[in-house]
Amino acid sequence: MAINWFKYSSPTTFYGLAGKMIPWFAVSAAILFAIGLYIGFVVAPVDAQQGEFYRIIFIHVPASMMSMFLYMVMAAYAALGLVFNTRLSGMMASALAPTGALFTLISLWTGALWGKPMWGTWWMWDARMTSELILLFLYLGFIALHASIDDSRRADRAAALLAIVGSVNVPIIYFSVKWWNTLHQGATIKFTGTSMQIAMQQAMFTMLLACWLYSIAVVLARVRSIILSRERNTVWINELPEVKQ
Amino acid sequence: MKVMGYKKSSLLQLLVLVIRRDLVLAMRRRADVLTTLVFFVIVVSLFPLGVGPELGMLRKMAPGVLWVAALLASMLSLGRLFSADYQDGTLEQMMLAPQSLSMLVLGKMIAHWMVSGLPLVLMAPVLGLQFDMSAQPLGVLIIGLLLGTPILSMIGAIGAALTLGLRGGGVLLSLLVLPLCIPVLIFGTGAVEAISSGLSVASHLSLLGALLVLSLVFTPLVTAQALRISME
Repeated sequence: MAINWFKYSSPTTFYGLAGKMIPWFAVSAAILFAIGLYIGFVVAPVDAQQGEFYRIIFIHVPASMMSMFLYMVMAAYAALGLVFNTRLSGMMASALAPTGALFTLISLWTGALWGKPMWGTWWMWDARMTSELILLFLYLGFIALHASIDDSRRADRAAALLAIVGSVNVPIIYFSVKWWNTLHQGATIKFTGTSMQIAMQQAMFTMLLACWLYSIAVVLARVRSIILSRERNTVWINELPEVKQ
Repeated sequence: MKVMGYKKSSLLQLLVLVIRRDLVLAMRRRADVLTTLVFFVIVVSLFPLGVGPELGMLRKMAPGVLWVAALLASMLSLGRLFSADYQDGTLEQMMLAPQSLSMLVLGKMIAHWMVSGLPLVLMAPVLGLQFDMSAQPLGVLIIGLLLGTPILSMIGAIGAALTLGLRGGGVLLSLLVLPLCIPVLIFGTGAVEAISSGLSVASHLSLLGALLVLSLVFTPLVTAQALRISME
């Protein structure tokens, strides 16, 4: 059976689908956040070197991972939009940007809060913190460019090109900053086993999954709003029950 | 080869034509070129006034200050890269031309660098002396600027094309382009630091060269695409 992949690339069909999916993602995100925080604060033991302070990784690490990952997803949607000229792709990219920027900010913020007791300073110009800061600038550039173009189709395409250029640049920036200065502690989670205690791992991965589901739910809700505002002059929007009343 | 009375020019001839045209236009409005240069000199001269005249510190700061000032100065002139041609309709004609738009764009980038980047490179030794830099680091700084400022013009052109005709384009342009220029800044200043501490500069300068080659290949294509998006 041939699946029509483009069926849900139309805002009309996707609007309804997104509406149905949001509650599932939102509820499971809330449950996983509760479980993750419980394991993180109650079950996981106190760290030998860092005391209670280390517990901030349960939000810091997932936020950092999401911030980088969401930029790549955003760039992928942007590329899709440029290649296939689908309206929804641009909408998805602009819906992802604020969530990505938010996670970047959370990552920087919690990093600073963690740095104060551990390194004795709020901010270190080390590779990862600096490239995370630059990532925030890239997100802000994307949002600013999109916001300053009135024609939404041109805005989508221009911002898409910027996102693609940015995604090519992210590894270059990362390595240049890394060679420039490295002080951050090495990666703890590697693909060949980890040095973490099992409850800490559980807490971290639960939180990561929760952040994932939260992002999906929020992005779907935001893309629904974008669809509503961009297609407000179409017939199908005006026939929606929630618009009619 | 004559096709219907129209002489087909080679890509290289086209490139030279565009560069010459933009240089002539720039020479007719010399004030613009000088503004960029004066801005560069003023920004660099402000730093000793801000942080104090201690020579040891100034010597250490010099590469960073010169590079950041060059970065800001090149942002200043980027807005003009396409806007004049956009306003009088020349850009539209260029896009309709049978020749490759990327090549036209590359010509404009090179002309922009010759007008706004090259003067900065030529001015840098004098400013370096103000910061009490010795000959060897100064030489590396100049080589770095020579390799790096074209990259700034080329990456900047993408931003200039994307923000063409937007309100508040200038500030937005800096917001888009400056983060992308960070690697150039790092390797440019890193080379000077390496030579000052007795290390080899080869790695930093080769990376700058690699970035230059990468930009030469990709930025004209991306800029041409950005212009098409902005002009449709």
